Amino acid sequence: MVKVTVDGIEVEVPNGASVLQACEAAGKEIPRFCYHERLSVAGNCRMCLVEVERAPKPVASCAYPVADGMKVFTDSPMVRNARRGVMEFLLINHPLDCPICDQGGECDLQDQAFAYGMDHSRFREAKRVVKDKYVGPLIKTIMTRCIHCTRCIRFITEVAGVPELGATGRGEAMEVGTYVEKAITSELSGNLIDICPVGALTSRPYAFIARPWELRKTDSIDVLDAVGANIRVDTRAGEVLRILPRINDEVNEEWLADRGRFAFDGLKRRRLDRPWVRRDGRLVPATWSEAFTAIAARLKGMSGDRIAAVVGDLMDAEAIVALKDLMAALGSVNLECRVDGAAIDASRRDFYTFNTTIPGIEEADALLIIGSNPRQEAPVLNARIRKRMIAGRFPIGFVGPRGLDLTYPHDWLGEGGATLRALAGGGHRFNEMLRKAERPMLILGRGALRRPDGAAVLAAAWQVAAENNMLRPDWHGFNLLHLFGGQVAPLDLGFVPPPSGLHPQIEALWLLGADGIELEQIPEGTFVIYQGHHGEAAAARADVILPGAAYTEKDATWVNTEGRVQHGRLAVHPPGEAREDWKIIRAMSEVLGRRLPYDNLVSVRARLVEINPAFSVAGGLERHGCEDRRGPAGDLSALSDAPFVMPISNYWQADVISRASDVMAECARTYISPATPMAAE
Amino acid sequence: MALSDKDRIFTNLYGLQDWRLPAARRRGNWDGTAALIAKGRDWIIEEVKNSGLRGRGGAGFPTGMKWSFMPKQSDGRPHYLVVNADESEPGTCKDRDIIRHDPHTLIEGCLLAGVAMGAHAGYIYIRGEYYNESLVLEAAIAEAYEAGLIGPNACGSGWDFDLYVHRGAGAYICGEETALIESLEGKKGMPRLKPPFPAAVGLYGAPTTVNNVETIAVVPEILRRGAAWFASFGRPKNSGTKIFCIQGHVNRPCNVEEEMSIPLRELIERHAGGVRGGWDNLLAVIPGGSSTPLIPKEICDTVLMDFDALREVKSGLGTAGVIVMDKSTDLIKAIARLSQFYKHESCGQCTPCREGMGWVKRMMDRMVEGRAELAEIDVLEDVTRRIEGHTICALADGGVWPVQGLIRHFRPMMEERIAAYKARRGSPQPTLPMAAE
Repeated sequence: MVKVTVDGIEVEVPNGASVLQACEAAGKEIPRFCYHERLSVAGNCRMCLVEVERAPKPVASCAYPVADGMKVFTDSPMVRNARRGVMEFLLINHPLDCPICDQGGECDLQDQAFAYGMDHSRFREAKRVVKDKYVGPLIKTIMTRCIHCTRCIRFITEVAGVPELGATGRGEAMEVGTYVEKAITSELSGNLIDICPVGALTSRPYAFIARPWELRKTDSIDVLDAVGANIRVDTRAGEVLRILPRINDEVNEEWLADRGRFAFDGLKRRRLDRPWVRRDGRLVPATWSEAFTAIAARLKGMSGDRIAAVVGDLMDAEAIVALKDLMAALGSVNLECRVDGAAIDASRRDFYTFNTTIPGIEEADALLIIGSNPRQEAPVLNARIRKRMIAGRFPIGFVGPRGLDLTYPHDWLGEGGATLRALAGGGHRFNEMLRKAERPMLILGRGALRRPDGAAVLAAAWQVAAENNMLRPDWHGFNLLHLFGGQVAPLDLGFVPPPSGLHPQIEALWLLGADGIELEQIPEGTFVIYQGHHGEAAAARADVILPGAAYTEKDATWVNTEGRVQHGRLAVHPPGEAREDWKIIRAMSEVLGRRLPYDNLVSVRARLVEINPAFSVAGGLERHGCEDRRGPAGDLSALSDAPFVMPISNYWQADVISRASDVMAECARTYISPATPMAAE
Repeated sequence: MALSDKDRIFTNLYGLQDWRLPAARRRGNWDGTAALIAKGRDWIIEEVKNSGLRGRGGAGFPTGMKWSFMPKQSDGRPHYLVVNADESEPGTCKDRDIIRHDPHTLIEGCLLAGVAMGAHAGYIYIRGEYYNESLVLEAAIAEAYEAGLIGPNACGSGWDFDLYVHRGAGAYICGEETALIESLEGKKGMPRLKPPFPAAVGLYGAPTTVNNVETIAVVPEILRRGAAWFASFGRPKNSGTKIFCIQGHVNRPCNVEEEMSIPLRELIERHAGGVRGGWDNLLAVIPGGSSTPLIPKEICDTVLMDFDALREVKSGLGTAGVIVMDKSTDLIKAIARLSQFYKHESCGQCTPCREGMGWVKRMMDRMVEGRAELAEIDVLEDVTRRIEGHTICALADGGVWPVQGLIRHFRPMMEERIAAYKARRGSPQPTLPMAAE
């Protein structure tokens, strides 16, 4: 620790800290454009200049290391003059088109010009104009506004790991761009919009839509991948207008994947906004009471064990627990949540969660990825892996398709089962790396369990963990990476069939957002109730449709892949007659004469805790080691040599919301349509 | 007192003799190099310190001290010597003559400097436009390898030393030491933040010292003849001999090796045949390459050519590129041309330089015509002050100094120009306000 005096305030900061950090520790605000906590230091905007005693020139505080006894002045005439000068220089070639700029109201340049700039311009020459560039369907560029802070270049290179942005030209002619005009191929590209301090990079779908002060901001959780990124849903007049990440160092730092950020326009399309009932073979609009009556009529007298319930990938814990309780009341144990057929063993929590935790990745010193492409399945988590890789000494082994670009170098070990068997046997060359490591971890993709020998894959992966020092009382290195935000909660709530399996003759089936279900599996004549928010194939098969709420439309509890319980809040009300899902089930229970014992959110959540105490803590997550090394059920000998197939072939349209989104469709056309091979390749 | 021939270090500066190794040896290069190396690293640094040698690249930092910043013991990283031959300063052409006519002074200097800083590898970063010079240098290095003077067990001293030539691509900024290192690493030539200084983290992250060609090339002679010999020239703290590049409105433009602290007038009259039209026809001199502020005739009358004397008159010795301008010169236009150069060569990293250089250049363009308001001279001065000292490297400083020098010494000339414009055309039309303003 060193002692530094900032404007007469003495603070202690760690060795190697920057002057800027010392100033912040002293409570002094230092204006900056190029400096960003999570990126490397560029020191080029010169806005953060401060005076240091005995230094002949003002120093860039973001890049200048502290020294013991240093005296810093952040408000001396020299500093004020320097800031005013830099501000003036930044503004001379900035277009000052704030009235038509989407950054207006949340613009660093605007704010700092107000706080530190001059009240007039002395510039009498013509301003520089820069041609806008196409960088893809998500980001709109107005390059004349660029102040060359290079944050975008550093973000895309360092965090996203896709070094596609750079500066060409020199001096005044310097331009930021993709060298050859093309769409940026990162799943994290939306973060460039947040990181740009001015309006040079703005959101294309949000262009000219709203001003920040018009928006109602609601804290929520992203469920379109299993990371559970903390988000802020910005709405106006009952419409979601944009989604931004919130800072949570434990989960998403301050990043958000593109699907979570841009797919929300799918919330306005193909929505189920009223109940439907099938009459004479056709679905016709109905009222709630008609829909409930139709269900009650069919279920009346039906044996409870002929009724089954399936939940999908995007459902909240409240709805799941309500449906589970209703099924129990009806006498059914036919529950299933693994619509993708993943052979997950729900008997113990650490068999199906990301036990190392996301921040725990940074403590690991070796990584084995089995059957997962984290870049597409959980881009934000992938950024964490990349961050760890950049810190050095982090061997990464990968079992899956050859030649995947994970944004970091990895050692390709093999394609599938055969390699996994060798690793489980301990004779593979990568076992050496794992054994040498102190805190090795493995990531098993949920997609790898979606095959006939899924249970064997799970057992083999567990054995790899057990045999390679990953399962210890002080360290848990076994991780299952789920794909969506609603996949862990039903496992936590035991929404799985009994050991004896599902009843072979199901007469009625309740699909709770179960869009991924294979409809051919449902026998002709089965009475299907679909409860959900989007009208896709499963809804079309239904006899009764109950319109539910999407993730932005309910106060709900979500569990991410780590098993972290988080609450999202209602940002807008569900459209039309659609209702929050647990309330629908609660109302239905009354019609069925099996009234569920909760009438408000508090009591539903109490019921969650009753079933699984993990629901008692929201937000935080206890790190845990592995006390019990016994593995999941699964016969290793059943492991086939088949290669692992990645579960997500189209990142932009992987779930029911994004499939309804025009923006995501545009992305899919840009990045994976064979008509434009440039972009995705 | 002019420098006598026996005291010249660059005895083939004009290329009158052959540059190749046998001829160079006859001139005294490579004489007893192994013995010098045998005296050890500390002795070399001590001799260079005692000689008072200051960097010849412009900043004038004491060379011995710079070398002593290199770690004494390697921590496992190699040490590197980098020679800055990216001579791009307008008005400067001394390194070019050293490389093409006397390359062995440089190569021998590299070996000795390498020993002094514990470097087994040296890189000479030569300006891209110096194509023929790079051929000579490459050939000379090949000769030296052939003769066992460098390479494994250089000169039989037991020290291994490899030397590489790297050609730049013609950017002025790559002459800044950290930008040079970036460029050498294959990146865009943009200056790095300091600290850390190159002596701690330089080329490829290893301790590195970057020196100018002339600095390195004089070292062998200093070591052979002794620090006291070198220190006997010039005033204290400004000692040694120096190559001056005299050009512009003189009768015989030339490069000449002279004693430091020689009066400017004597330098011009003795070696360059005097100012065109006589000393009284002199208007101003830029004494140290384009980035040093000009000095008017009344200062030129008496000023001495060394670091401290020129600093006292608010200019600098820089690279000693003496640009002489007689009374036929449109000084404002001359300085405007320099502003254009610095605008073009700014790397674009720091805000004040990237944005400010263009502004200065455009204002200077108007000053040339006189199409400005009187008060804009103050604006111009203030803008240069806000650029100076607010950037990562010194390019911005060097870019605005000429303008500051002009305003300092020739403000009446600028005012006159503005008045003349007004008399001719009325008040200048303000540029049309932009739509968004």
